[in-house]
Amino acid sequence: MITPLGYATLTLYVFALVMYVWALYDDRRWLGRMATGLLVAGLAAHWLALYERSRAVHNIPYQDLYGSMSLFAWLLTLTYLGVERIHRQRSVGPLILPFILALMAVATLLSPASPVPPPPAHGPLFALHVTMSILAYSAFTLAFVLSLIYLLQNRLLRDRHLGRMFWRFPALELLERMSRTSVFLGVGGLTAGVLLGFMWASRIRGSFWNWDPKEITSLLILSLYATYLWLGRTTAWRGARASLLCVFNFVFVVFSYTVVNLFLSHYHRFF
Amino acid sequence: MSFSPEQARRAAAELRQGSVLGEAVIVSTCNRSEIYGVTSDLDMDASPALESYLAEFHSLVPAELAESVYRVRGRAAVRHLFRVASGLDSMLLGEAEILGQVREAYLNALEAGTTGHVLNRLFQSALEVGKKVRSQTEIGTRPMSVAFAGVKLAERIFGRLQSHTALIVGAGAVSEQVVEHMQRRGISRILVANRSVEHAQALAKHVNGEAVPLDSLAELLVTPNIVITSVSSTTPIITRAVVEGAMARRHNRELFVIDLGVPRNVESHVGDLYNVYLYTIEDLTRIVEENRRAREREIPRAEAIIAERVERFEEWHAGARALELLQLLREKLEHDREEFLRKHLGTLEHLTAEDRKRAERLSRELLEHVLSLNEPASRHSHESSWAEQQIAAARALVGLAREKP
Repeated sequence: MITPLGYATLTLYVFALVMYVWALYDDRRWLGRMATGLLVAGLAAHWLALYERSRAVHNIPYQDLYGSMSLFAWLLTLTYLGVERIHRQRSVGPLILPFILALMAVATLLSPASPVPPPPAHGPLFALHVTMSILAYSAFTLAFVLSLIYLLQNRLLRDRHLGRMFWRFPALELLERMSRTSVFLGVGGLTAGVLLGFMWASRIRGSFWNWDPKEITSLLILSLYATYLWLGRTTAWRGARASLLCVFNFVFVVFSYTVVNLFLSHYHRFF
Repeated sequence: MSFSPEQARRAAAELRQGSVLGEAVIVSTCNRSEIYGVTSDLDMDASPALESYLAEFHSLVPAELAESVYRVRGRAAVRHLFRVASGLDSMLLGEAEILGQVREAYLNALEAGTTGHVLNRLFQSALEVGKKVRSQTEIGTRPMSVAFAGVKLAERIFGRLQSHTALIVGAGAVSEQVVEHMQRRGISRILVANRSVEHAQALAKHVNGEAVPLDSLAELLVTPNIVITSVSSTTPIITRAVVEGAMARRHNRELFVIDLGVPRNVESHVGDLYNVYLYTIEDLTRIVEENRRAREREIPRAEAIIAERVERFEEWHAGARALELLQLLREKLEHDREEFLRKHLGTLEHLTAEDRKRAERLSRELLEHVLSLNEPASRHSHESSWAEQQIAAARALVGLAREKP
């Protein structure tokens, strides 16, 4: 079921993507500013759409897969805009927006017409748990894209064949810093999300730990990214190796969000 | 043959005083000196006068000048200035410096009062075109000298160069250029090492750096992130083993090595090491070549932008000249009217003062009527060619309707 607000959001995101790509080729400042402006407008419309949906279901709007994908897209936009603002770099925009658009497209165009019946989970604790966890996933997605760009630039630099795109993207060192910032955010968010999840699970089921695949995978992801951060404290493991690790870790994030949630988990199935 | 700013002002003023030009701007760089002017008389060709002035100013015989002088007029002159401002006429295609130089020259003349409405509009348009070409095409984006390419690559790896240290081993023109570029872009520290201590110290002083002894390369490579080597040696002085050791002590911090030596100073396997980026002078030359080809591919787009802007300027100019002509016409006719009245009324002594006033008013109104026939032509000038404007004005004056376009 797609509402006018949903269409508005999608349209704004599409236009934002177009502007971001254009701004990559053309230096005029108003292009970049317009791209960011459109993305912020999309974020606002998206928020309104989520709000509208929550009113319709009398609950948080993300207790099903599609709703959670919509939230994922929203948080990814938010995280990206944060990083763009802090580091003043718009070149990564064209590579993040496709992810945002894909998530949004699936979330709005494929979601069923009638709302899903409310799950046994509810309450602010649950809402916060979901938000923090998905915030972490979006931060990891951002780090993933940044690491890919790093690896690509690194390969071009070592092969000494620099195309025209080479000069447009941020410097290697900046890419790495942006990656680390994102991962920090992700680890923080996931820690909070996992803790909240434990609290909520103990409330509902009486025990923190249930040997559920979701719990195991989440802890695994946390330790993988914590390793990434810890290894990068000194420069020995920085550079291409760190980026490869970031990309490798992301595989587990995707696994956790899709396979584990949909098939493997016993208790953590809400979709 | 170049003009300093003061000389430029003086020359422009003198050209105006001598009625050679009504407006003048002189653009002078190390590669070119150009006089841009508008003649007071629209059909006059000022080139011979300008050339002889130029020769005289620099105490040369006109014949000496003949080979290096180029003359452009009218639309071609407009196009030339626009191309110059966009960097299309420079040896280093798309260079940024020339735009600033054109701006300086214009502001200089503006202050001195030697410009008028035509050159004001021309130069403002030129500066706009230069900016537009630069932002909408890739004509000015990639480094075109080996030294600058090296520095831009360093920035690709390290981001901004503040808080970084560079080391020069040896000496050479290109390595000095690299260091100069880096300093302009804010590098913190420069270390200089050379087999001869005196050379090291001399170069260190020249580039505001510190001389360091060349005993242990492994030691030297620990601190700096950017290393430029330029020594004459038949075998490489920096081996893989040395760099491996240094990288271990640097905890694998990224290292960018620019090897300007021919034959090479750094073993090629060094480039395979983790977090080590090695570029030789051939690599940099190849990049500059690629960049030059990329810039050349942008030329058609730049020329298209320029052509469009030249059209726009020419339209404005034609309109401005038409207005000017009308103004002259008005002044001349007014003058003629007064002359005519004075001559003829003088012979009619029997007229009263009242009659004289009426005659005066009659002639004035007649003139206004004739001139007002031109108003439509001047305000809605669709024709952009000067000849067509003149014809339209003449026809209106004679009272014929405007030709349908």
